[in-house]
Amino acid sequence: MAKKDGNRVLTIAEALREGITEEMERDEKVFCIGEDIGIPGGWGGAFTVTLGLEKLFPERIINTPISEISIFGAALGSAIMGMKPIADVQYGDFLFCAMDQIVNQISMMRYISGGKIKVPVVIRVPVGASNRGPQHAHSMESWFINVPGIKIVCPSNAYDAKGLLKAAIRDGNPVMIFEHKLLYGSKGARAEKGTIDASRYIPKEDYIVPIGKAEVLRKGNDVTILSTLLMLHRSLSVAEQLESEGVSCEVIDLRSLVPLDTEGIFNSVKKTGKVVIVEECTKRGGWGAEVAARIAESIPDHLIAPIKRIAALDTPVPFSPVMENYYVPSLERIKDGIVKTAAY
Amino acid sequence: MSKILKKIGAQKALEMYKRMLKIRRFEERVRYLFLEGIMPGTIHQYDGQEACAVGVCSALADGDVIASTHRPHGHAIAKGLTCKEIMAELFGKTTGCCKGKGGSMHLGNMDKGMLPSIAIVGGNLPIVTGMGLAFKLRSKKNVAVSFFGDGASNEGAFHEAINLAAIYDIPAVFVCENNLYGASTHVSIVCKLKNIADRACAYGIDGVVADGNDVLAVYETAEKVIKKARNGGGPSILELKTFRRCGHSRRDSKAYMRKEELDYWMARDPIAMFKDILLKAGFCSEEDLERISKEVDAEVEEAVEYAQASPDPRPEDALEDIFA
Ligand SMILES: Cc1ncc(C[n+]2csc(CCOP(=O)(O)OP(=O)(O)O)c2C)c(N)n1
Ligand SMILES: [Mg+2]
Repeated sequence: MAKKDGNRVLTIAEALREGITEEMERDEKVFCIGEDIGIPGGWGGAFTVTLGLEKLFPERIINTPISEISIFGAALGSAIMGMKPIADVQYGDFLFCAMDQIVNQISMMRYISGGKIKVPVVIRVPVGASNRGPQHAHSMESWFINVPGIKIVCPSNAYDAKGLLKAAIRDGNPVMIFEHKLLYGSKGARAEKGTIDASRYIPKEDYIVPIGKAEVLRKGNDVTILSTLLMLHRSLSVAEQLESEGVSCEVIDLRSLVPLDTEGIFNSVKKTGKVVIVEECTKRGGWGAEVAARIAESIPDHLIAPIKRIAALDTPVPFSPVMENYYVPSLERIKDGIVKTAAY
Repeated sequence: MSKILKKIGAQKALEMYKRMLKIRRFEERVRYLFLEGIMPGTIHQYDGQEACAVGVCSALADGDVIASTHRPHGHAIAKGLTCKEIMAELFGKTTGCCKGKGGSMHLGNMDKGMLPSIAIVGGNLPIVTGMGLAFKLRSKKNVAVSFFGDGASNEGAFHEAINLAAIYDIPAVFVCENNLYGASTHVSIVCKLKNIADRACAYGIDGVVADGNDVLAVYETAEKVIKKARNGGGPSILELKTFRRCGHSRRDSKAYMRKEELDYWMARDPIAMFKDILLKAGFCSEEDLERISKEVDAEVEEAVEYAQASPDPRPEDALEDIFA
């Protein structure tokens, strides 16, 4: 949908594709590596992000065998030698097959080298429950906030997706981008049931979204809501609903988990004194636990209510829709948490 | 009549035919239910590969175990799980073989010798090595079988699992169903070998190849490598050449496939081929086959009704089954 001024509405999948294309045009060291990419008549990865890119860059779309260790190991090796790989995994759950390369190698290569080696590796990771069963559903952002040496971003809309991706490619460090399956807006055979519209106007001009900056998406005075990805969208709709019920929510899209925008978070908490954190990671050891601890540790005197964490259950992701809907924080669960916190 | 068909005999051959047809009809029904939006989840279907699952499972003995992949409907039926418990699992019902916790990619029932299938490509191979190890440690004359795809053979897990099984002569068989595709990627662009079974030489074990659309060839070859494993001869790789005639998953237009390839394999329908053999052998009449067809349809239909009428889990059931 092109408008006269060149601005267009794009889905996250399209915005990422455009971002990758522009960065590959801009810098010939940038390339894509992953499974099922660059196949004529194929899907452009699991969620269409790299669709058709093989036509533009026949040499720089590296389709791999189903071999996650080699995807991330080769990405690292090429980065050490000066390339800028964008490595993708079809579902985040398969990252676990390559944990050594990511956690032992990619994350600490710079450190081990005494700061001599640069590791510009971008890792794209689809997450979120989407009714596929326990091994295609995990949200594992939290696992990686425990790994020093990797930056972590979580775009909730197409504008941020493109801007954060570009920032990641140019960052010169390992950056993981967690992308939600129900936010991509993938089309055709890869369209997802239950998709939430996360499309945005994308300017024609080059831009980045800085890593480490949260964004206040809704101003409010009673409660600060901290969230990302799909849960951010759910939090926003609850906040909207609560406005008419007399609860004024300030909704913040964290956008980056590492580094965390503590200044932005603290500013809001100092105003409201009440915090609700909403995430799709399991509650135990979820990123919400880290964020809550930072707040409690740094500005305890500003809190006038216990910090509330609303998260997925501490279970694998069950398949049955009835149980999966219970596993992922629902609108009701989020609303209940906010209302109770506001009333505290 | 071929020697192997004679050896199998009419009764067992017809049972094998029935299993194959059951898989086909099950998959056709599931495809309809899924595309109509009646069934939740995602699906990876098995039609066209029926001879692989049925040929191998028919050569197994009581107490033997199998493990499957993201594409497990056929293996589950071949191993003797009921259409009801499978269909109910696909619908996410409490009566499903995994109580609705697993779904289409995690079918299994250890009472019937099938591990809940593993949706991580290559992920079941090391587990199968371990299952075989348990048989060996407890001096049981049983065999563990891993079903996996051409794509899975490129995972590191493939190498580690088979090598470990090889050095201890673990009673396992690694069955690679080479259906020419891993998702949209043709096997020829991710593997330089003509036969994946040729990798066996890297582990010092046997690698054998059979026509995966010919159930008798599958049975005959499987029987040999299973027997070898059972008798302490160690594991083998059995590669079955077949074809994924359905798309990879969900709605797949198969735009990446060549028409000649598709046409060639569609003409080699394992069920039609076996049917001809059975009729020629005089093992059955057209009427017998018609009866089998009706029985199979009734069983699948009954399974759909059963699954739809079965209760949903309670939401809180999600919290159960984490620890023993
Ligand atoms: C470790 C891992 N990587 C990637 C995937 C995504 N994926 C699911 S099925 C599949 C193709 C598997 O191909 P193959 O092993 O040949 O089995 P087939 O689908 O042909 O039965 C892929 C890439 C996965 N499930 N697990
Ligand atoms: Mg395959």
